[in-house]
Amino acid sequence: MKEIINLPVSKIEEEEYHINMGPQHPSTHGVLRLLVSLQGEIVKSLKPHCGYIHRGIEKMCEKDTYPQVIHLTDRMDYLSAHINNHAVCLLVEKALEIEVPERVKYIRTIMDELTRIQSHQLWWSSFGMDLGGLTCFFYGLRDREMILDIWEETTGSRFLQSYNCPGGVMQDIHPNFQKKVHAFIKTFKKKIKDYDRILSGNVIFENRSQGVGILSKEDAISYGVTGPSGRGSGWSCDIRKIEPYSMYGQVHFNEVLRYECDTYSRYMVRMQEMHESMNIIEQLIDNIPAGDHSAKMKAVIKLPAGEYFQRVESARGELDVYVVSDGNKTPYRMKFRTPSFTNLGVLDHISRGMKIADLVAIGASLDLVIPDIDR
Amino acid sequence: MNSFFRYFSDIFHGVKSLLIGMSVTGRYFFSPGQIVTQQYPENRKNLQMFERFKGEVIMLHDINNQHRCNGCGICENNCPNGSIEIISARITGEDGKSKRIIDKHIYHLGMCTFCGLCVKNCPSNALGFGNEFEHAVFDRSKLNKVLNQPGSSIIKGVE
Repeated sequence: MKEIINLPVSKIEEEEYHINMGPQHPSTHGVLRLLVSLQGEIVKSLKPHCGYIHRGIEKMCEKDTYPQVIHLTDRMDYLSAHINNHAVCLLVEKALEIEVPERVKYIRTIMDELTRIQSHQLWWSSFGMDLGGLTCFFYGLRDREMILDIWEETTGSRFLQSYNCPGGVMQDIHPNFQKKVHAFIKTFKKKIKDYDRILSGNVIFENRSQGVGILSKEDAISYGVTGPSGRGSGWSCDIRKIEPYSMYGQVHFNEVLRYECDTYSRYMVRMQEMHESMNIIEQLIDNIPAGDHSAKMKAVIKLPAGEYFQRVESARGELDVYVVSDGNKTPYRMKFRTPSFTNLGVLDHISRGMKIADLVAIGASLDLVIPDIDR
Repeated sequence: MNSFFRYFSDIFHGVKSLLIGMSVTGRYFFSPGQIVTQQYPENRKNLQMFERFKGEVIMLHDINNQHRCNGCGICENNCPNGSIEIISARITGEDGKSKRIIDKHIYHLGMCTFCGLCVKNCPSNALGFGNEFEHAVFDRSKLNKVLNQPGSSIIKGVE
């Protein structure tokens, strides 16, 4: 320390130094520690240190039966809990060759899209807050509350629902479900215009996000940056389009693509995706067919020996589940390819040469969820 | 000259975008429409939770202090993290046969993740979810609960 003080000012600016951003930094949205190497204010390189919230979910899955695994997947990416459950359920159903009732497919797809909207709402709130607009945080959470109420009424939980189970869903939807979803979409279509007026067109926001954190399409592909972050670079990587599951093959929606490759383009992709999600829900909500909310399943679920793989599009990108089964009621090995972990890998590449204040914007635009990274 | 105009038009558009944003916040400030926040500790008396709300696992008792649990242990087997312990006992029934009954249905609330597998898989629908959510206690041991009420017995016909 003493030596640095004695150096002339110009010398200090040339000197490279390291600071820790996190693990308690609010803009890392959890316990992510970034070891940033700086020269002045310029980011020279960056090393993410993971593992602060590692719980060994993949290992815990090896002692749990397949229905018990579901509640652990909630806790990976808690903002798209329903989609994580969906992935495991699809895998088990595929392995057992069970056809789930149409009603289940409808319910799951609607729930997935509600999950995507609320995840993007919370992302919008925290993105605004990270860039200094605290109002965004209140407005985003206010609108998200409506979705949480819908979930609480149907699934019993606001956040970690554990609503899917292999073969169907835990309970049938609540009688008020359709009415409330309609009310939400009607309200949110008005409210999302406020989002654009507050943040999207704001001059401070535009200056801080446009041209910041350039991720070219080639880099997005080679780093495996999926989801809205990858689509912000013009890479068509939506699993809902590539390998449609549940009802996604039968609804009409656009894959949102932007080609500016910067933070602003990743922002606009997510804003557009909320419109597309509402579009999907509107196509499905009135046509939920009558029927059972679950297929008949055996009391003990045993997967035939072999390897199974399932991809879904979570709110952050591609979520893959890979299971090796030896024919027992518990998986021999369960591996999750979580989107946040791969998206974190590109943070060093796109933030080099940027200012440290831009790092906050870039990190927010990748929409990292830390328990999803560490699992 | 061109850059001169651009300088002023940038200022104009910047100020305009800020004013648009402030008009939204100003509108909510003066006409909040509906108030979405709840005055939580004050409204405790008439706070109504949704009927499916997963506050805690309870054993359903009727007015005669009778439940439907026969101590089969399926909930214990289904629990992913060992929140439920079943201690069963054997009694001799009226017909002279030895019968299993529940002695203590121990529920560790502190370990429960509210996945709902015990309630879903109970063959005699003995368990349910309660709406109580204020679980804060000063001593961790108070989170270990015995779900069958003292002096309760099984409803006849549920075996």
